[in-house]
Amino acid sequence: MLSLAIEAAFAMMSLALLFNLWRVVRGPDLPDRILALDTMYINTIALIVLYGVHEQSGFYFEAALLIAVMGFVGTVAVVKYLLRGDIVE
Amino acid sequence: MNNSLLLPLILLPLFGALLPPLFHRFGRTASAWAAAVVVAAALLLLLSLLSPVFGGQTLLYHADWLPAYGLNLSLRLDGLSMLFALLILGIGLLVILYARYYLSERDPMGRFYGFLLLFMAAMLGVVLSENLLLMLVFWEMTSLSSFLLIGYWKYRADARQGARLALTITGAGGLSLLAGILLLGQISGSYELSVVLDSADIIQAHPLYPVTLVLILLGAFTKSAQFPFHFWLPHAMAAPTPVSAYLHSATMVKAGVFLLARLFPALAGTELWFYLVASTGMITLLLGAYHALFKHDLKGLLAYSTISHLGLITLLFGLGTPLGAVAGVFHIINHAIFKASLFMAAGIIDHESGTRDMHKLNGLWRYMPHTATLAMVAAASMAGVPLFNGFLSKEMFFAETLHQGWLGDWSWLLPLGATLAGVFAVAYSIRFIHDVFFNGEPIDLPRTPHEPPRYMKVPVEILVALCLLVGVVPAWTVAPLLATAASSTIGGELPRYSLAIWHGINTPLLMSLIAMLGGALMYALRHHLFALHARCFRPFDAKQVFERLLYKLILLARGLTEVLENGSLQRYLGLLIGSVVLVTGVALWDTPLSGPVPSAEVDAVTLVGALALAASALTTTIWHRHRLVALIQLSVVGLVVSVAFVRFAAPDLALTQLSVEMVTIILLMLVLYFLPQHTPAESSSLRKGRDLLLAGGAGASVALLAWGVLTRPYQTIGDYFMQQSLPGGGGHNVVNVILVDFRGFDTLGEVTVLGIAAIGILMLLRGLRLKMPAADGEGRPWASDRYPMILAVISRPLLPLALVVAIYLMLRGHNMPGGGFIAGLVTAIALILQYVASGIAWTRARMNINYIKLTATGVLLSTLTGLGSWLFGYPFLTSGFGHFHLPLVGEFELATAMLFDLGVYLAVIGSTLLVLANLGTLTLINREMAEEN
Repeated sequence: MLSLAIEAAFAMMSLALLFNLWRVVRGPDLPDRILALDTMYINTIALIVLYGVHEQSGFYFEAALLIAVMGFVGTVAVVKYLLRGDIVE
Repeated sequence: MNNSLLLPLILLPLFGALLPPLFHRFGRTASAWAAAVVVAAALLLLLSLLSPVFGGQTLLYHADWLPAYGLNLSLRLDGLSMLFALLILGIGLLVILYARYYLSERDPMGRFYGFLLLFMAAMLGVVLSENLLLMLVFWEMTSLSSFLLIGYWKYRADARQGARLALTITGAGGLSLLAGILLLGQISGSYELSVVLDSADIIQAHPLYPVTLVLILLGAFTKSAQFPFHFWLPHAMAAPTPVSAYLHSATMVKAGVFLLARLFPALAGTELWFYLVASTGMITLLLGAYHALFKHDLKGLLAYSTISHLGLITLLFGLGTPLGAVAGVFHIINHAIFKASLFMAAGIIDHESGTRDMHKLNGLWRYMPHTATLAMVAAASMAGVPLFNGFLSKEMFFAETLHQGWLGDWSWLLPLGATLAGVFAVAYSIRFIHDVFFNGEPIDLPRTPHEPPRYMKVPVEILVALCLLVGVVPAWTVAPLLATAASSTIGGELPRYSLAIWHGINTPLLMSLIAMLGGALMYALRHHLFALHARCFRPFDAKQVFERLLYKLILLARGLTEVLENGSLQRYLGLLIGSVVLVTGVALWDTPLSGPVPSAEVDAVTLVGALALAASALTTTIWHRHRLVALIQLSVVGLVVSVAFVRFAAPDLALTQLSVEMVTIILLMLVLYFLPQHTPAESSSLRKGRDLLLAGGAGASVALLAWGVLTRPYQTIGDYFMQQSLPGGGGHNVVNVILVDFRGFDTLGEVTVLGIAAIGILMLLRGLRLKMPAADGEGRPWASDRYPMILAVISRPLLPLALVVAIYLMLRGHNMPGGGFIAGLVTAIALILQYVASGIAWTRARMNINYIKLTATGVLLSTLTGLGSWLFGYPFLTSGFGHFHLPLVGEFELATAMLFDLGVYLAVIGSTLLVLANLGTLTLINREMAEEN
């Protein structure tokens, strides 16, 4: 039962990633792309956690943790750039 | 067999060369003393070896250097080397004394003596080498150090050009000599002289003998200024006169004839040797003597006379007979003595009267009778007047020209040429004396001439006394030295010869008589001859031709560089990538693509990842001119690559990739602010097509190669590290153990480079003024809220959380994914977030850390950890570890590698923030400046 759920989740996450990718590519505006990238970070976290569950190992969770922290900082930096240009002022 | 006194003979002047410059601060005399003491010590050492050498022994010293290549530090002192070493050190000592008075206050004397000793060491090396390759090393050293000496007055263009000319000619000759010696060594099976000199039969019968001979002779002839390479020597006159005296008498040009004498037993005696060496010698002899007569420059006359006399010596060796060699060695001695004294006398005249022009120099007898007397004796010796040393060797020379067997019916050519050269020699010697010391009154000299300082004349007096002693009582003076030197030159029994002054009336004496009378007559008729010479010969300046050729060569080189390296990075990359594709393509064309390893199953998620990767890479390229958009596409690439690392079980790489990705994005954001938002279109569509082709080709090649490698079974060194990680490094995480232990030295180097790069960037940013854009790329004004509150509020609690993560990653790094590098990046990013969210002023008020010091502390800590292992007697960076038990915590493991990793952690934080925070401050400074204005 669990394996079926995992398979389904993998499929949905992959689909979500593809949609994100479409937004990143299409835009049309920068904020759209930035949002899409940020969502990609989140979906990737989910994907990695799923993978950990699938492999029955907590080995990969740090990567998910780090993406959570890093993705946030990256998005903040780009958004600050859009707002002010000068991100460290 | 090993005589340990030989090595110091060379090492003394070699390292002694450092002394005169050091002693220069105590005055010019101290500097001269320092040089003189070194040379005197070497001379005494040499004299202590005199008796065994005169007893017929050959002293040898041997130490292995690169024995596999035949290059050994082996030295040899036999009669010939003894003679040359005596000349080099003896005349060298006199030159040191002379130069002390010759050089002016403005000339850096310490440097002069330093160069001189260096040159002396090189010359001693040439004459004392037993190993031919070693000799070649010293040979090149003489070219280099004579370059320094000739160009000593470096502010003078003629000195620089003369030095360059000399270096080019003798350097090219050295190259040819290298080839010749390599051949010689191959033919005879050894580079040791003892073997080579005994293999004359093998060498001369070998089919490569002519090539070898020509190559070696090219080396010798360029060095000793033989026709057609003679033209560098007159231009070397730009050197200070003590240098000229030294180069022309005992050294440099004598190195060439030394080589002839040294290899005489191995190479001489063939028809080819006779025709090459004797004819070169004859042409040089006549050409030099002729030109010497028509030089109006005092030193120029002597320079051409040197060329002529070297031609004479070469001719003597070229005859290939034992007696010819004896006469050649004898003339080397005599020429060294009289030419050194003549140059010194010319230097005195130049020094005291301010000119060397013989149009102006007349009647100096009245002003400097003492110097004039000395010069007259030396000039008489040069002319070959009886009772002076030059006469003896010249008589031998005349006699030898009568006894050669190669020319058959044309045999009279040699004595005729020799007599003619004798006539010229007498004429230019008379001219040297009569023009300068008599012949009316001086014509507007720059200075009123007078006798030089007392000690400036001492060296000349010593040399002139030697001229007389050798000339009058040769048997009591020069005979033993000549016999030893000549016998070791020939390498066998000495032929019978007599050093008597009077041999009765015979043909050589007659030739001498003709030379005397003819010379005097020629001098009397000189005005007609000068006019004739001026009509027939257009002045030909070898230096100008050389400079012009050199200029053309430079232009050619520049043109070639322009074609190959025109500064276009695109072209370099194009050529590079194109050839990589071509070479691998051609080399691997026939190799089957896939190996036996079956490919793994492809799952849907991986496929999606690959799709995302390819798509975003493509869009990055397509939109590269919209910089921000391209950056976002690039972030997708980074993200997918990180996830790929997770998928393929490389969590350490995933963590590193993610952190580096983020730091890079922040860095690019910081820089992009000052740059245009769009890259202008620069490439034509043709170019784009070319680039597409290249990039596609390279990408396809790499993809195919990767496919080819991955489908083949292969062994990696990974297994070793996997097995050794726990027992050898005390950690379960192989990646981390490799970083901090197995390859700790690499990591230390990388961290150091990181720190240096960060400090370099800091220095580049210092004082940088940049224009700050007032609006974004679309022309919209910037938002007015500098520090949005939501951002600040969310960012602050993130810092402790991120620090906890960092410490966690750091501590467990040895056994689980993590480590100092990743932890450092996480900390740095959390800190930079505070700068972004709350501003520089806010952050600085709460955390005032000097990042330079932080970086340095990190590097130092890592280094000290590495050094620590020395305390326990282990090699640098050996890791120690142990397992400990604490209540509550339980069993845990500590390794010194963790301390090392802590250093890495600190250095990474320091250098990352050093770059990012300082880039941020750049706008702050510019803004403050703008507000002030």
